Amino acid sequence: MSEARANILARLRAARRGAVPDRPDWTPPAYGPDRLARFRAMLEAVHGEVIEVTSATWTERLRTLLAERGVTTAMAAPDLGLDAAWAGRGPEVVAYDRPVEAMKDRLVHDIQAGITRARAGIAETGTLVLWPDAAEPRLLSLLPPLHVALLRLGTLADNLSALMAEQNWAAGLPTNLLLISGPSKTADIEQTLAYGVHGPKELVVLVLTDL
Amino acid sequence: MGDFTARAPKALNDPTLRRNFRRAMDGLMAKRALQFQDRDAWDALRARGAAAKARVVARLPELLEQLEARLTANGIRVHWAETTAQANAIVLDILRQAGARTVIKGKSMVSEEMELNHHLEAHGIAAIESDLGEYIIQLAGEAPSHIVMPCIHKNKAEIAALFAENIEGLGYTEDVDELTAAARRALRGRFAEADAGISGVNFAVAETGTLVLVENEGNGRLSTTLPPLHIAVMGIEKLAERLDDLPALLALLPRSATGQPITTYVNMISHPRRDGERDGPKAVHVVLLDSGRSRVHADPELRDTLRCIRCGACMNHCPVYSRVGGHTYKFVYPGPIGKILTPQLEGLDCAGDQPHASTLCNACVEVCPVRIPIADILVRLRAESIDPSGSAAVKGAGSMRKSLESLTWKGWALMHSVPLLHRLGTWALSRLGNLIPAAALPPLSTWMRVRSRPVFAPKTLHELAREKGYGNE
Ligand code: SF4
Repeated sequence: MSEARANILARLRAARRGAVPDRPDWTPPAYGPDRLARFRAMLEAVHGEVIEVTSATWTERLRTLLAERGVTTAMAAPDLGLDAAWAGRGPEVVAYDRPVEAMKDRLVHDIQAGITRARAGIAETGTLVLWPDAAEPRLLSLLPPLHVALLRLGTLADNLSALMAEQNWAAGLPTNLLLISGPSKTADIEQTLAYGVHGPKELVVLVLTDL
Repeated sequence: MGDFTARAPKALNDPTLRRNFRRAMDGLMAKRALQFQDRDAWDALRARGAAAKARVVARLPELLEQLEARLTANGIRVHWAETTAQANAIVLDILRQAGARTVIKGKSMVSEEMELNHHLEAHGIAAIESDLGEYIIQLAGEAPSHIVMPCIHKNKAEIAALFAENIEGLGYTEDVDELTAAARRALRGRFAEADAGISGVNFAVAETGTLVLVENEGNGRLSTTLPPLHIAVMGIEKLAERLDDLPALLALLPRSATGQPITTYVNMISHPRRDGERDGPKAVHVVLLDSGRSRVHADPELRDTLRCIRCGACMNHCPVYSRVGGHTYKFVYPGPIGKILTPQLEGLDCAGDQPHASTLCNACVEVCPVRIPIADILVRLRAESIDPSGSAAVKGAGSMRKSLESLTWKGWALMHSVPLLHRLGTWALSRLGNLIPAAALPPLSTWMRVRSRPVFAPKTLHELAREKGYGNE
């Protein structure tokens, strides 16, 4: 095995070296005051829904949107405080508080909605940035048919380059970093779009405009 | 020796296939064009992306070492394979040590190159494709016909029939939503049961030890998250030097491929599951496959091939690919990228027909997001294929050399370097050329099959010029 490594590297090293070109300048677009409008337009174009809320209204808005969709079992991190906010008027809220091996059945078959925070948003492409962690694991935004994400308006960046630089991603990445732009989709059958092929059929973003 | 020319008529005379490809290619070209309407922005973005990949190719050995070091520090195991056989053995070994019986797969062209599914099946491990397109062709027992949209050669009716036959409880339906939902149901259980997930890699970032995978369906995320073990297979060229090379590359790849500004998911994996985390595989392995790539890298001109980010734009815009479809090429990578990559990986002795399956129209070069000079490389490979010295740059160089052909060109060269011969030759052709029974005379008959016969003028250009009083100056 390490023989393969040595052989491959030796062959690559034996080659005549070429020039290493510089990276030419490239400036991705910025949107100024139209950031949110751009984010909304891009996400809606790929079948995502964007709803503006505030830190005072979001739990109630979330409750009604889940009710409209007939959701009876949702999954969310306990520190979001949904149980307290809904006081028994909302759907059952399950925490993803055990390893997936113990949760697999519920996750694959029962949970109708996954609720997560987004670490940031990207206006250019209508993208959510998720850093899954112990409270909001990776599959929470993937297995349930509905994904609702909370995005603080203040974290909305113009583009990926700006965001990476601002948050210094290169200094330390999480186990899994996700860029999510819309619900799961496919066009493999005659280029006809179909949603929810393996992941969520629906993506709703609640934008907290006061944060 | 391949025989593209012999296979092409079958595809050309298949109206369903022609229709399926025409519709798909027209759609993909139109959608891509909408993404790059601003010429200046496209030029700047493309220059940035091309430079990012050119840097990878130029610094490949040290970047591979850096990648290995970062991945290892992150807890991801790295394996090296010189050949596809070695890569298959490595994957099988990892699976066996984990006691894995079933594997769920995300889309990966390198795994097609390895014929990994066959290898695993032969050793009692079931590998299920989970990308919808790959799932469809796996059911049909076919190979992908496009590197991005593997079942592009099939229409709705063909897929409906295939599903009705293979998915329990599903009748014949051409409703795309129903077909998609049926595949989701059929595959959900497979994901939950799978002992391991296998995926490809779009970019491996040397700076941070991060595997970047792009996709729309979520099957790639499932394959790399739900099973307890994840194995990623990748060619040794699929690197990005730094994290901040990603924005340009990610802006180029999906827009060139399917006309999307970004894919639904960009999945960046840097570690196996860490203490306290609830999900994700507990072990992640990366297999770095050479399989001829280091030989491609050895040649300063040919190594540009290794910049490829597998967007498929070159095939979508290729007048040959769009008419004959992917299977006619008979190799894993079809279209323009295949025509330059396959002969270099497999050798001109078995894929020497590929560089000739081109009109050199340059459409691929115009759309390639990383500016690979595909046409120049095609011409170079054509020359290599008849190079009498059999230069070592490409395996099988010189293997397409035919003595009649080289004799003809030697005669041609002689005629054009000796004035007397030239005068004699052109005089003879102007008088007698029209009498040659070209249509019946090999090898001229092959040439004439698809071309109209040129008519020789009764007098040569020189004679006409002299009559008009022009001198030799
Ligand atoms: S050669 Fe260029 S256009 Fe073709 S698949 Fe590779 S990157 Fe895309």
